[in-house]
Amino acid sequence: MKTKYLIITIIVLLSTSVFGQRYITKTGHIWFHSEAPLETIEAHNSQVNAAMDIKTGAIVFKVLMKSFIFEKALMQEHFNENYIESTFYPNATFQGKITNSENIDFSTPGTYNAEITGELTIHNVTNKVMATGTLEVTPEIIHGKSKFSIQVADYNIRIPDVVAGKIAEDVDIYVDIQLKELNKESLKSAN
Amino acid sequence: MNLKSTIIAASMIWIQLGLFAQDDLMNMISEEKPTIEYTDATFKTTFLVIGQSIENPPVGNLIFNVQHRFGAINSGSYDFFGLDQAVTRIAFQYGLAEWLGIGIGRSSYKKTYDGWVKAKFLRQSTGLRKMPVSIDYYGNIAVSALKWSEPDRTNFFSSRLSFANQLLIARKFSPGVSIQLVPTHVHYNLVETKEDDNDVFSLGAGGRFKISKRVSINFEYYYIISQQTREQYTDPFSIGFDIETGGHVFQLYVSNAEGLIEEHIMGRTSGKWWNGDIHFGFNISRTFTIKKPKKFMGE
Repeated sequence: MKTKYLIITIIVLLSTSVFGQRYITKTGHIWFHSEAPLETIEAHNSQVNAAMDIKTGAIVFKVLMKSFIFEKALMQEHFNENYIESTFYPNATFQGKITNSENIDFSTPGTYNAEITGELTIHNVTNKVMATGTLEVTPEIIHGKSKFSIQVADYNIRIPDVVAGKIAEDVDIYVDIQLKELNKESLKSAN
Repeated sequence: MNLKSTIIAASMIWIQLGLFAQDDLMNMISEEKPTIEYTDATFKTTFLVIGQSIENPPVGNLIFNVQHRFGAINSGSYDFFGLDQAVTRIAFQYGLAEWLGIGIGRSSYKKTYDGWVKAKFLRQSTGLRKMPVSIDYYGNIAVSALKWSEPDRTNFFSSRLSFANQLLIARKFSPGVSIQLVPTHVHYNLVETKEDDNDVFSLGAGGRFKISKRVSINFEYYYIISQQTREQYTDPFSIGFDIETGGHVFQLYVSNAEGLIEEHIMGRTSGKWWNGDIHFGFNISRTFTIKKPKKFMGE
């Protein structure tokens, strides 16, 4: 009987051990930038949800498309109405993994290069993407930064002929997230 | 439960935890707080066709409008089916707040200057707060700068004034279909004869139907309620296209109304559709971002 209780205790301990290995944010910053001869398009979103598991190297993002702020209001409306169709596809998601996690020591403060592979879903189309970036480990937070490019055509986003010269076919995406260790308090305050 | 099965159960849970680490993480960040989701872009512009739509100019945006209405198509080939004549209104509008827009304009029809406000009371929303419709109040003052028709008698400045009050009630039923109702009141300080209505009431209805992502068909009809005006004038009916060209929206339409502001549309329209007494018109606009969103400040 004693052993049984011991095992159950271990299970409980194991399952609660997610506190301490998981890092989360609800205020990550993602912005994109694309340049074409006539129109530079840039939009910022500072309400990005992201989480990372330092044990497994798993990393996920969830981005509400309506939260992207453009310089021009009309551009923002067109982005939501015509290109991203955010009524039908409200979120973009990324599910991936840090592939070089053996080179990253999350217990020692420092800046590490990270390689990430995963599946990016935008406009209901999923593509495999690879990105590189840095992870700055401090005692309080993990600060992640990355830049990568996507082709809008890969996500079934059609640029009409009338504006074809105005809008670039490829878009640079910048990611800047400050992840905090998940504990019961942060989970509570996050929700 | 013996020891062996306990260990099996334990290891199964452990494996599950590992396998679903990614999905689990995703679920963790997907727990969303319920929020109010406001309906955007009920109409593409601040005009339904020739009258007002529920939309206000975006905050910090200055919109320059040129509204152009040609002469009646039935004027024949001598006037090139109306294209020789035109009524235009040049106007500016500005978004002071998300719920408040203001504007000024000048139309060549009766040399009229106008100023208006449009204030939003209710915003259609889903989620935490469910609101089936958006409601705006629109009000304007128009000043005619025409020379007095009888300069010899005592003329008052107040005689140049007319006013319009509207409630704009709209619902976006789906991304492609929006409908709007417009109870309207127009007041003329001076009318031509004693019998003419100083106050004209009408009820408008309009809508838009998208036929592609960037093109929609819009229509607009006002039923004149006030009896005396009803006998003398006709109900304005307009139908047209909104065409999005990337940077701005181009509106093309035909209407039996010749006027460009409420005072000249509701209660002063005399053209009859069945006589071909209709006018071709278009609106063009250019938006200037005066106040940038926070993120773009100082960049």
